[in-house]
Formats: sequence, structure tokens, C-alpha cells
Amino acid sequence: MIQTQQLCLKYGSIEVLKDINLTFKSAGITSIIGPNGAGKSSLLSLVCRLQQPTSGTVTLNGKQISQIKSPELARELAVLRQENYIVARLTVEDLICFGRFPYHQGRPNAADIAKIDNVIDFLDLQPFRLRYINELSGGQRQRAFIAMVLAQDTQYLFLDEPLNNLDMKHSVNIMKRLQQAAHVMHKSIIMVMHDINFAACYSDEIIAMKQGRIIYQDCPEMIMQSQVLENIYDMPLKVVELEGRPLCLYYR
Amino acid sequence: MHTRLEFPEPLKKRRLLPIVKLTANYRLCLAALLALATCLLYLSYNVTASWEFTLQFRAKKLLTFLIVAIAISTATLLFQTLSNNRIITPAIIGFDSLYILIQTALVFLLGAMQYTQLNVYLKWSIEISLLVLAASFLFQWLFVKKRHSLYLLILIGVVFGVLFHSLSSLLMRLINPTEFTVLQDSLFASFNAVDPHLLLISFLVIGCIGAFVASHHHQYDALALGEAMAINLGINHARLSRVTLIIVITLIGLSTSLVGPVTFFGLLVVNLAYIVSASHRHRHLIPMSICCAIIALVGSDVLLQHFLNYNSQLSIIIEFVGGIFFLLLIFRNKIR
Repeated sequence: MIQTQQLCLKYGSIEVLKDINLTFKSAGITSIIGPNGAGKSSLLSLVCRLQQPTSGTVTLNGKQISQIKSPELARELAVLRQENYIVARLTVEDLICFGRFPYHQGRPNAADIAKIDNVIDFLDLQPFRLRYINELSGGQRQRAFIAMVLAQDTQYLFLDEPLNNLDMKHSVNIMKRLQQAAHVMHKSIIMVMHDINFAACYSDEIIAMKQGRIIYQDCPEMIMQSQVLENIYDMPLKVVELEGRPLCLYYR
Repeated sequence: MHTRLEFPEPLKKRRLLPIVKLTANYRLCLAALLALATCLLYLSYNVTASWEFTLQFRAKKLLTFLIVAIAISTATLLFQTLSNNRIITPAIIGFDSLYILIQTALVFLLGAMQYTQLNVYLKWSIEISLLVLAASFLFQWLFVKKRHSLYLLILIGVVFGVLFHSLSSLLMRLINPTEFTVLQDSLFASFNAVDPHLLLISFLVIGCIGAFVASHHHQYDALALGEAMAINLGINHARLSRVTLIIVITLIGLSTSLVGPVTFFGLLVVNLAYIVSASHRHRHLIPMSICCAIIALVGSDVLLQHFLNYNSQLSIIIEFVGGIFFLLLIFRNKIR
């Protein structure tokens, strides 16, 4: 279980995160939603030790993450940011092999290679296996990166807008795969999402942020109501029911 | 009646040589052999005096070349890995400018006579301590402000480089022309007559650094993925970048105080290594860039000594030949 206590982040006098107290469950899919500038990506950075908080702590199973050694922590949680730019010329296979780095430290063995093959099959990346990542389309590259963090085989997986650049078919595919990973392999997947409908459809829990604070943390049924969403996003929208599922219409 | 013309089947082009898949290890071996051949050529070509004297003289100079080649190529490569940028070079921190400023200031304060009579060890210790201290001072800023700190370091380094250059220009105008000719000599890299004790110290330092880099080369591979990704994979980024920057400063400071402003070819050999290595891993990239650096330095000196009769400068040859070679590689679509 990952918990945050009074987490704050400030850049000078600008408060990006104010007194965040959260508990992330150890299994299931959690979506973090909110308008731009709410502090979602910053929260992810702080929880995954990519940045140091101004004040407050993050604990993993009771132990502070600043006390846990980084290689050990890399086997417990993984993070994939929004922007990933790599200068080196890597093939998809090489990239996914890096996902196993916390285990093989540069010398992959047969078990690592088996795991890499597994992940490539899991996300249908076989046709691109030996292609260089800078020669792939944005969507294909995104899938390769998701494969990499999946290969890291951690209990907690933090994804910042994983459906960026993905077409409809692959967005649905990835969400189904992630749901499979969460429920079958008992992983906890925490994603920052912009598409509220995807979040509602696949999440077990939704956390809503606004202006650096958590304003709602509840199951999708409670969040998917017109007033709640209007409060979060500050825009007129409508929640309708389609085939027994809530759907948010905000396009006009 | 139309008959279809049957064209004879085109003669199959016979492959004269089986196409060998040049793996990274194979390429590295080739490069190492080429580097060795260049060194042997340097030692044995056109020996006019006695073999004993020539070998002794040339061997010492060759050792200087080796030290500088290893130091500059490794420092540039590690700096590029750290900053995730393939067109940056540690010279941007202003080492060469500071070195020139130190020489100019010494001539200005002591006069040409005293300058040429300065104790070699004293001069070397002044140079290396000032270079290393100045760069380390820059690092305090790096760790006081942690955000975007590498870019801040580079920016400050560029500004200081310009400052040092301007100060040197001012001092150069103030000294008299005779003294300037003495100074001018030390503004170019010179591999001659380096004190053997300094060579030994440099060798030991490089040995220690080499051991560290060799034991951490996997971590540098992960570092090349970017800061966020490296931290995600469990690399202690803060510690590794601090140590790496100290290594870069030490290596560049060492070679600059040994032979003069010499960081120019770092960028060239490292980018050559990226193209020619067929690998992204530091266990191939570092040795390959060292081999390229050796071939560049030693090869250029052979050219300079035997074919151009010292009518040019090492830097000119390296940049000219290296630049053309580089362009050829680009036009053959090797860079993607």
C-alpha cells in the first residue's frame, strides 16, 4: 500500500500541491482525473521519487520511500511519464530489455528474456520487435514504452496519460490489457487520464484533483454525475446512460 | 502475328564476398587493430636518427597521445550521456578559455623570461588546481538549485567561457609583442616534452577513473534513457551524475594542463563512434571512441611530421580530415 502524508509541492510561492493525503490500493485500476494544472503529473512525480516534495512524505508499506534504496524501489513501483525522448538508437527489444534492468543490472538472463517475450506477445508487438523506436509512429512507440514498464513487473504501475497518441483500437486494446494485468496479476495501476469515459469504463476508483487538491475519491458510479463532473472541470457537460453504463458528453 | 519477346533472365550478380554481419564486437576489434597499426606506424615510419633514440622519444610522445585520447574521448562521451545530447561537449564549461587565461595571466604577471623558467610541476599544479576548482565551484550551483541544474551549469559555463576569453584578450593587448610570441606558443596543444612524472600521475588517475567507468558502464546505458527513466529503473541519478561530472572535469583538466587546449576533437571522435559502433551500449561506445581518438591524434601527427613538415597544426589536420570523413558518412545515410 502506498500512502502520502501531507504532501506539498511549491515552486517558489506557487503552490502546485497542497496537503495531499492519499492511499493507493495494492490492486486494481485507479484513474486520476482533473483539469490542466491540477497537479496530477506532479503528484505522480513525487510518489515515484522523480522529484522531492517541499514537505510531506510518501510511504510504501509503512516505510518512507526516501529510506528505501532506489534499486529495491524499482522492483516495487514503475512510472511512465508523458514525454519520453531517447537519443540512443534502440530497437523495441532493447527498450523492453531495459525494463528488466532492476533485475539484471545490464546482464539479462534466460528468465528476463522469457519475460520480454511474454510482454511482447501480450501487447502484440511481434511485428515491431527489431525495429528502431525512432522509426516507429507515435502510437507504436507508446506501446513499446508501456511494454517496457510492464516488463519491469512491479506491484505498482504509474502511467501518465498512457493513451496519448493511440488510435481507438489500440486505446481500447491497451485498456483491456491493463485491466487484465490489474485483475489477473493483481497489480495496482494508477493512471492520469484525460478521457473521462475511458476512466469511468475501466477504473475501480477515480481520484479527482483540482488546483492542487484532491476533491473527490470515489468509485466511478459516484463520480459520473453531471454536477460532480461540472464541479471538477468547470464546464457544462451532460452524463447520460448508454447500455447501462454512464457516458459523459462534453463535446459541444 | 505477335510473338512475345522473351528476354533472357538477367545474369545473377554473383556475390564475390559473403556479406559479413558486422556486429559491434567485430567492429571494435577492427578499430582496435587500426589504432594499433597507426601507433606502430607512428613509431617506425621514417626513422632518420638512431632507433634507440627515436623510439624513446616517440614512445614518450605516443604515451602522451594515448593519455589525451583516452581522457578527452571518455570525458566527452560521458558528458553527452549525462546531458542526453549528442552535440554538446565539456569544452562548453569553458576549460580551454580558462587555460588560456591562466597562461596569459602568468605571462602578464611574471614576464616572458620568468614564465619560460617556471618549474614544470609548479605550473602544472597551478593549472590543474585552478581548472578543477573553477569547475567544482560551478557544481555548487548545480546542487544548490536542483531543477534543470545541468542546463544551468552549461549556461553558466558558457558565460564564464566568454568572460575568460574577454579577459585574456584584454591582457594580450597589454603585454608587449615579444612577450606575446612566447605566449602564443602555449595557446596551441603541444605533445612534445611532457614531463614523465606528470605522465605517470596522469596515467594513474586515468587508470582509477577507467576502473570506475568499467564497473558502472551498465548504469551509463540506463542513464542514456533520460533522467526520469533512469531513476525509474533504480539508478541513483543524483549520485551518479555528481561523480560523472567530477570525472569529466578531472579528465579534461588533466589533459588540458598536460598539453594545452585540446578538447576540440572530442565531439568529432564521439560522434564518429556513435555512427561506426552499431551499438548503443557504453561497453562498445567508450572503447570505440578511444580507438577513433587514437587514430585521429596519432594519424594526424604522422601526417604533420612526415608529409607536412610541421607547417600546420594538429588541430587543423584533425578538424579538416575528420570533418570531411564525417560529412561523407552523413551523405552515405549512415546517420539516421
